[in-house]
Amino acid sequence: MSGSSGDFSVTLREKPRYIIESKCTGCTSCVEYCPVGYPDPFNQNISKNKAVHVYFAQAIPLITYIDESCLYLKEKKCLICESICKADAIDFRQVPEKLEIRVGAIVLALGVEPFDPRVRTEYRYGEFANVVTSMDYERLLCATGPYQGEILRSSDLKHPHKIAWIQCVGSRQVIAGGHSYCSSVCCTYAQKQVILTKDHDASAECTIFHNDVRSHGKDFERYFQRTEQLPGVRFIRSYTSIVRENPDSKNVTVRYAIPDDGVKEEEFDMVVLSVGLSPPVNYRELAGIFGIELNAHGFSKTGLINPMATSRPGIFVSGGFQGPVDIPESVFSASGAGAQCGELLDYRRGKLARARVYPQEKDVSQEAPRVGVFVCHCGANIGRIVDVPSTVAYALTLPHVVYAQEQLFSCATNSAKQITDMTREKGLNRVVVAACSPRTLEPLFRDTLREAGINQYYYEMANIREHCSWVHSREKEAATRKAKDIVRMAVARACHLQPLQEFDLPVDRRALVVGGGVAGMTCALSIVSQGHEVYLLEKAAELGGMARKLHSTLEGLDVQGYVQELAQKVYRHPQIHVYARAAITKATGYIGNFVTRVQSEGRDIEIRHGATVIAVGADVHRPTEYLYGEDDRVITHLELEGKIAAGDETVTGAESLVMIQCVGCRNEDRNYCSRICCTHAIKNALKLKALNPTMYIYILFRDMRTYGYSEDYYREAADREVRFIRYDPPENTPRVEAAKEGGKSVLKVTVMDPVLGRELEITADIVSLAAAIVPAADTQEIAGLFKVTLSPDGFFKEAHVKLRPVEFGADGVYLCGMAHYPKHITETINQAYGAAGRVLTLLSRDTVTASGSVCEVMEKKCMGCGACMTACLYGAVELRETRQGKKAVVNPVLCKGDGLCNAKCPTGAIFLKHFTDDEMLSQIDAAKDHEVVINGGESE
Amino acid sequence: MCSGRVDLEFVLRAFSNGIDGVFIGGCRLNECNYVTHGNYHALNMTLLCRKIMERLGLDPARLRIEFMSGSEGNVFVEVVDDFIRQIKGLGSLGSESGVNSNTLKSRLVEVRKLIPYIKVMKNEKLATRLTDPNAYTDFYTREEIDELLDKVVSYYIDPEKCQACMICQRRCPAEAIDGGKNRIHFINQDKCIKCGACVEACPPRFGAATKISDRPVPPPVSEKERMLSRNTKEK
Repeated sequence: MSGSSGDFSVTLREKPRYIIESKCTGCTSCVEYCPVGYPDPFNQNISKNKAVHVYFAQAIPLITYIDESCLYLKEKKCLICESICKADAIDFRQVPEKLEIRVGAIVLALGVEPFDPRVRTEYRYGEFANVVTSMDYERLLCATGPYQGEILRSSDLKHPHKIAWIQCVGSRQVIAGGHSYCSSVCCTYAQKQVILTKDHDASAECTIFHNDVRSHGKDFERYFQRTEQLPGVRFIRSYTSIVRENPDSKNVTVRYAIPDDGVKEEEFDMVVLSVGLSPPVNYRELAGIFGIELNAHGFSKTGLINPMATSRPGIFVSGGFQGPVDIPESVFSASGAGAQCGELLDYRRGKLARARVYPQEKDVSQEAPRVGVFVCHCGANIGRIVDVPSTVAYALTLPHVVYAQEQLFSCATNSAKQITDMTREKGLNRVVVAACSPRTLEPLFRDTLREAGINQYYYEMANIREHCSWVHSREKEAATRKAKDIVRMAVARACHLQPLQEFDLPVDRRALVVGGGVAGMTCALSIVSQGHEVYLLEKAAELGGMARKLHSTLEGLDVQGYVQELAQKVYRHPQIHVYARAAITKATGYIGNFVTRVQSEGRDIEIRHGATVIAVGADVHRPTEYLYGEDDRVITHLELEGKIAAGDETVTGAESLVMIQCVGCRNEDRNYCSRICCTHAIKNALKLKALNPTMYIYILFRDMRTYGYSEDYYREAADREVRFIRYDPPENTPRVEAAKEGGKSVLKVTVMDPVLGRELEITADIVSLAAAIVPAADTQEIAGLFKVTLSPDGFFKEAHVKLRPVEFGADGVYLCGMAHYPKHITETINQAYGAAGRVLTLLSRDTVTASGSVCEVMEKKCMGCGACMTACLYGAVELRETRQGKKAVVNPVLCKGDGLCNAKCPTGAIFLKHFTDDEMLSQIDAAKDHEVVINGGESE
Repeated sequence: MCSGRVDLEFVLRAFSNGIDGVFIGGCRLNECNYVTHGNYHALNMTLLCRKIMERLGLDPARLRIEFMSGSEGNVFVEVVDDFIRQIKGLGSLGSESGVNSNTLKSRLVEVRKLIPYIKVMKNEKLATRLTDPNAYTDFYTREEIDELLDKVVSYYIDPEKCQACMICQRRCPAEAIDGGKNRIHFINQDKCIKCGACVEACPPRFGAATKISDRPVPPPVSEKERMLSRNTKEK
């Protein structure tokens, strides 16, 4: 790689696939006949694959490649595949190709590598047959895994019944080969594996040997409780060692210690090592090529402020290469790195884009239905259970079906093209694909109709995978009958489908950001840097939000300086309009066209904007326990931070200071973890120790959740003799009392020490409480105004917790910062850029397309009762006075197509297009046993 | 489409078709991805439908609604297996009350015709969304449904009073009013959905359209008698 920001040149070497991509149909006949079986890396080498194979079931493109184990490549023998391939797609003359590409920016999304436990022989991985890693186990659980979703032991191919998970393998270790940081994700993924194991085998006994349980992610605390409450699940806090393997049964004995019984040994059928996350393979070499610096752990070095910036301008990092992160954070930074590339390359936006052109749509609404049915094998997913050829033959007997065929993977590029081609060739005007859930692939199949010049709403999907083959794997004949029923119902509905038009709405290319904290300001600056005006609302008199109360981060960022600089940039930017002391009085409109009324400093303003970002932050819980508010010496961590920064001697000069964690959360009232308090406590403790090394500091905690790199600081605090005492409510909760000691008024903290097994009385000058982070006071109001929803814990609810963590269910509204969930500043910045990235995908377009499946009113049938209007919470229906009385009218832009109104309407006047009574009832009627009608179709 | 789109007609149509059980799957309550919480509407409709089923001689257990998320395949399997066991236990449709299948069929046809009427009469209750699922348990009572369906009203246009002005005819959402200019209107009882729009539309000075609840609807008058002679009026 050479060049600089805005103008890089990258040379790539593409390995030969030995398959001509344009010719391969993905039929996999070559795989069947290939004589070479070798361990399949995708399935963790547990099962075998062939030298020629498809990498995995959802690979793109879904075609084969040939790897080094091929006999011809090794010894110039065999060539069976070449003679089998009917498409002449095998080409052994291919050689590595050099490609040179020129780009303006680079995103390194190199990911992570699972920790390899072989570096520590004491884990016995590779030595004992039934010690597996969590990655191995993940594949065992998977339907496309080595045993088709059966959890089996490789030693005897039997189902393990008693399984142990060992946490922190390769993480939180300062031994050779281990990583000192916490990998952040293993606690929850192990819990997921336990839940899935119990799904496979309800009586399975699952034991998790853990240190702290780190459920710091959104909704993870509830997930942990769900796992813990399953019957037969034990969480045991203990270090372990893997002692021996039973030579006959190959069972594995684990040694551990529990406070009451001391050291114990227990035999398990299988032991799963919860391996941590390591830097990607070849990370040093890659860092060298791109000229970026790495941190001490081998991940990308990132800025204190900008966690997506590498040490080299123009090169960004997203996902796991930032350090160990979970999926939502990976998605924040993916979208965020995109936004930063956008800032850099905005001047070139759209220059390489080409609009897709579809053929002119044919009007077939007057024709009799001519239905084509395509039945997908989904590899073996469907075909293994459902008799696909007989389903095809059956489809041909259905009324109006003129064509039917089977397909290996209907979603493969060549199969999709086949659907288009056959639609044209056979004059089809309705298409049914019998395959999987419409959730993922319906858009793709609709596209095949558009390509054929047919309205896309003439498409119907029959789900014979999730609804059939996957749930009836042991009843092949019944499953085939059911598949036929599903196809028959789909065909019946298809015959009633109507062509619908989607319509384009203009986009107002300005954004509104609600909340002027770090999240809101960062997001606003990124949006404005990409050429869009921003209105920024702040309810306080000045920008800055919660960060105004913070002084430093664990990594040493001067927060005050940073926030001031950020605020100045915002104030000075001519395209950012800041409204302080702002309150929203009304919010109307929809994606691309919002109208928000705001009162700010005596003015009443109407703002028109295309996108809305909610970044209203969060508040700190005001504790009611531990004498807070009654005794001045009891303060919160946030107040402690302020006092340390101000040099308050009552704090810095204290002889003894006690911190109590989890105050006001992880309880019945607030059943979540506030995520940041453990790190916050460590930060304050280290600051105090630096100022006053002799100070006694006690941290009373439940689980130390110093995930990621914070773990290093936790260790440092312990090294500096900060004392950590675990407490377990409700039986064992600390007590704080005011007392006199030697004439001096002090605070007395009593807590049960689980290590000593007795109560400790600690004399403290200051007690600092990790007060919970709670949703901002106006959260509910804002949610109501913008018609978005809240999670059970009262924070804003994203559209999808993993995949769409910066968006809302309501289109055109985005989310970032603590309004989403408590998070650290760098995480907030990640998400703020992420939200900006999503905003840009909307604002950079001239129009947005609205669905055709919305409601409409047949005015003649409307009796003006208003039942529809009451049912619609989007305000999409209104009653208008006409000469024939009141009539309902639908604003199709606001309609989300849920059809609640339709079910309420007494006369059937209002109807949800694409889900009309006719369409639904035809499907219900077709559920009855069908009389076979022989119809002269053709089959392939 | 949301589970709240499931119409009373969908369910009753299925039973009419001889289907032994109907299962409605909705998202988890209080976890709506949108603002609508349409699953509560589905629950509301289900409870109403169950009471109607009782009256028809169907075990209400034949209609089941359950709430679960897309990731709870295991819950779905459990629930469906259980439902199928239950339906098999109940036997063929109507066997639970000994109603023969033809009687049951005609009862179903009859009640399906009344769906618009039920929706009009229960308009407010159907629109209610309680926040606590438990509060729905006795939301609809058997007595209430009997009262509703025992005292079904009919609408009738008195040929003596009708001035053939076509106002009600234009208002009727079901196109159930036959007539024309100078041709006295009558209501086709097969098409009438009993919404009462005609009574509201009929000018009070005529008062021709009325609600009848205590006697059968008189038959329509002959075609000859229907011709309205304006002369008498102009005298």
